[in-house]
Amino acid sequence: MRLVLHVWRQKNPGSRGRMVRYEAGDVNPDMSMLELLDVINEGLMVKGEEPIAFEHDCREGICGSCGFMINGIAHGPLPASTVCQLTMRHFKDGQELYLEPWRAKAFPVIKDLVVDRGAFDRIISAGGFISVPTGSAPDGNAIPVPKEDADRAMDAAACIGCGACVAACPNASAALFTGAKIAHLGLLPQGQPERHERALRMVTQFNRENFGSCTNIGECEAVCPKEIKLEVIARMNHDFIQASRLRR
Amino acid sequence: MSIQLGSRVPHGPIEKQWDQARFEMKLVNPANKRKHTVIVVGSGLAGASAAATLGELGYNVKCFCFQDSPRRAHSIAAQGGINAAKNYHSDGDSVFRLFYDTVKGGDFRSREANVYRLAQISVNIIDQCVAQGVPFAREYGGTLANRSFGGAQVSRTFYARGQTGQQLLLGAYQALERQVDAGHVTMFPRTEMLDLVVIDGHARGIVTRNLVTGKIESHVADAVVLGTGGYGNVYYLSTNAKGSNCTAIWRAHKRGAAFANPCFTQIHPTCIPVSGHYQSKLTLMSESLRNDGRIWVPLKAGDKRPPNQIPENERDYYLERRYPSFGNLVPRDVASRNAKAVCDEGRGVGETGHGVYLDFSDSIKSLGVDLIRERYGNLFDMYQRITDENPYQVPMRIYPAIHYTMGGLWVDYYLMSTIPGLFVIGEANFSDHGANRLGASALMQGLSDGYFILPYTVGDYIAKSKLDKIDTGHPEFAKSRAGVADLTSRLLSIQGSQTVDSFHRRLGRVLWDYCGMSRNAQGLELALGQIRELREQYWKDVTVTGGADDLNQSLERAGRVADFFELAELMCLDALDRNESCGGHFREECQTPDGEAQRNDQEFSYVAAWEYQGPEQPPALHKEPLHFEYVQPSQRSYK
Amino acid sequence: MEIAADRFYTSTIGKKAVMAASGCVLFLFVVGHLIGNLQIYEGPEKLNHYAVLLRSMPALLWSVRAILLLMLALHVWSSVQLAVRNIDARPTGYVKKKATQSSYASRTMYWSGPIILAFVVYHLLDFTFGNLNPHFEEGNVYANVVASFRVIPVSAFYIVAMLLLAMHLYHGLWSMFQSLGFYHPRYTPVLKRSAAVIAILIAAGNISIPVSVMAGIVR
Repeated sequence: MRLVLHVWRQKNPGSRGRMVRYEAGDVNPDMSMLELLDVINEGLMVKGEEPIAFEHDCREGICGSCGFMINGIAHGPLPASTVCQLTMRHFKDGQELYLEPWRAKAFPVIKDLVVDRGAFDRIISAGGFISVPTGSAPDGNAIPVPKEDADRAMDAAACIGCGACVAACPNASAALFTGAKIAHLGLLPQGQPERHERALRMVTQFNRENFGSCTNIGECEAVCPKEIKLEVIARMNHDFIQASRLRR
Repeated sequence: MSIQLGSRVPHGPIEKQWDQARFEMKLVNPANKRKHTVIVVGSGLAGASAAATLGELGYNVKCFCFQDSPRRAHSIAAQGGINAAKNYHSDGDSVFRLFYDTVKGGDFRSREANVYRLAQISVNIIDQCVAQGVPFAREYGGTLANRSFGGAQVSRTFYARGQTGQQLLLGAYQALERQVDAGHVTMFPRTEMLDLVVIDGHARGIVTRNLVTGKIESHVADAVVLGTGGYGNVYYLSTNAKGSNCTAIWRAHKRGAAFANPCFTQIHPTCIPVSGHYQSKLTLMSESLRNDGRIWVPLKAGDKRPPNQIPENERDYYLERRYPSFGNLVPRDVASRNAKAVCDEGRGVGETGHGVYLDFSDSIKSLGVDLIRERYGNLFDMYQRITDENPYQVPMRIYPAIHYTMGGLWVDYYLMSTIPGLFVIGEANFSDHGANRLGASALMQGLSDGYFILPYTVGDYIAKSKLDKIDTGHPEFAKSRAGVADLTSRLLSIQGSQTVDSFHRRLGRVLWDYCGMSRNAQGLELALGQIRELREQYWKDVTVTGGADDLNQSLERAGRVADFFELAELMCLDALDRNESCGGHFREECQTPDGEAQRNDQEFSYVAAWEYQGPEQPPALHKEPLHFEYVQPSQRSYK
Repeated sequence: MEIAADRFYTSTIGKKAVMAASGCVLFLFVVGHLIGNLQIYEGPEKLNHYAVLLRSMPALLWSVRAILLLMLALHVWSSVQLAVRNIDARPTGYVKKKATQSSYASRTMYWSGPIILAFVVYHLLDFTFGNLNPHFEEGNVYANVVASFRVIPVSAFYIVAMLLLAMHLYHGLWSMFQSLGFYHPRYTPVLKRSAAVIAILIAAGNISIPVSVMAGIVR
């Protein structure tokens, strides 16, 4: 099959970017989106041109490195997957694809489709953990965790930190990302002692990072490759509001 | 300068050795810890847990990763689980049994003392991770759930759905970020280590390239820790992440760290087969699938009927047939080699003929589709997404792929390499898995090294050594920076006509063909010649576009592939030298009459540690003899 | 305590909570207002008597008005602050952007809100102060309503505003629970459906009045 790509090219953070058109003939339907970019890049490099920069690592949908917009949808049209898992059989022969980087003030573009998601690390750093120094843990079975709680915590913990939620949100909000961590840790008995402090600190950092607010519209949920639900945002709101109320 | 391989294993009975070692260690005064800088390169399970723990102890830690965030390290992709000798099921597990299984599974090519310590620590890891909030699978009563895993007959594997590696890594990452917030750890993401600086025989720092600005920087430390993972990507197609590379360990090797058992690579039996020439990586399906799936191929060669039309009596469940007691759960190397054997007989399935069926229809019948979905749902989804086939209805097709490298930099009991002050942890070292790693043991080793061993041994080293105060102006740093800058400009100036990936793909093909699932002397000689030839071509005709001063992914790759070329040669030399079959290293010359690997303990019961002797010089082989006092070497049998 | 309150309101979640709480009060007003106004179907005496009754309790009336005004101010002010922040959060837009799952109502809150506000101002000038109604008779609510709604553009504007109100309420009604931290996989879908039903009932009730006037049922 044949595809036409319009790709955002931007040399560095300071320069102006633009959409550039590339044609890809002889596309194999089993190829992933990233493999298609590999093939295009090979062609560019042989011609002495700079390849399209895009982030990628594990190529099996778990590291969270890859991600860009395809025709206005974060990670493209296939639900519950990342661009590395998106095979070309989901497109039609001759289709035009628009590839753009995540857009958010908190995620400045570094080059082409690569953005800086350091804000996510800073949100985790502010409180997305359980303070347990190495060696100080009780036996693993000392505190039973109801299976349902463990399962729900796992649902939230599945977040890969790719940033699609921010990219898809009309407000560039990181509520789903932040909520996922607050929900994951808050659902477990081990996470209770720091639950309020965590919510206060993580939300405060989230607000410092130029993310927008959540307007409960659910675009993030729809594009999340790990299908994390809006419920985690409600949990974040709940914990933050309660923490603010109880704070002395 | 010739290196010494002193394993420094403490004296005394094996179960007391780690206690003894810890007691004998010198301690650093808590008030002084802040004055000591420790560099940790790599932020996977080993690196992140080490950096976090060193930070907690109060050291000034600098942690480096080439990814944009420490959370992306490839440990995240481990699916199946993590072993621990908790014996929560009272099914006869114990520290000694885990130790025994690991030594035996490694085909008697690992150091007993290290493995015993690993088994001891395994129980602490689970406790630590549970306390951190790792959402391990639970039973309805709230206790931790377990499953049995390839090569083990007890249920000792803890798991978090099919994302155990992810959850453990996030636990370590969160602990690391906590230390970043506390100011004990400084994180350097998108930074690649390009050289190790050795001053007066001690590792004193590293030279890095900032991958966004291209800036070459120096970092001084009292100790350097490498937790940079394995080198499976030398094969181009592997289950490793695209960025995984050998550069950090290879450049440390060139500075004097011995490289141990480079030819010990593990082929994982359950990966999705290659589908085309554009293929960029192979996707692993957790080995846990073998618990409920049955592996088979058609009885007749060239049988191209769809699987559902092949009647039961025309199928060959070859693992169950050949290994009645372990069946589909034989260790990875055995499963892989058998898959290759049946494909070589022309009985492989799928378009390429490089595949075997992994069939769940019997389990779905007996256990019900819901239970199978609960156990493997995400893996089935992943398979379907990639292949467009529904594994609930059609058997999966799988084929072995390079997955893990047991070889790595040589380390002693204290995880220190042959360069004082250079520590190596996780997959990057050679220590615990011998010639073959058992399933669910990599996560265990990474975390055991990082959380529970290295923080002690680094302290001991720092307390015992008197290091001069130096800064980045030291001539050795200047020399190293110049060398790194020179390499970068050389790569950029070739301006040839072939891409880095095209070379890498050819290199991988040579290695896979001659130094892959089975090896022989003739093939290895051939490979050595081809690799050298390719390498020469590489330095004449590779094309690297762009410049050195910004994000340049082809430049990053070019440097890594240059190192892969050199490593590939060493792997073939090592494989040639080890004229026996053991674990993942199968020499066709050495097999039993029924085609099983035949070890030669008389001549090869040693760790092969290779010393770099300079460019175009043959490396020197040093041998650390292996002694087995607690587990008597025997021919592995899974029949 | 001051710092805690400050931290609460400066956070996006705090502002959303304020929007939810104030929105809830405004919603209750809308319901009460509708129930009162539906008395128009019981004839002029009944409706005019209701108006007189309200005015006979000036303290209560003005307290309620003050609270409503305060809630409106909070609702608008926090939404303006959030809107500014949200626009700022994405300085460079997409060449292509597709909405995948969000409702039209939820994406248009920033449009429906200000239009409803403009309508409220007009509505007050029309019916409460009478500035815009040439036939305004102080105290004769029934006659004023009929007079205004006989003018087709006035009725049309009213109907459009009520449709927007329905959309605004549909998203706002379930979303306020989310903002205040309540979500349940079983009840939230029920809430969403109830929000739609309530929003439609309110709009239908309000719209029935100008329609009845124009159709000559109420005259």
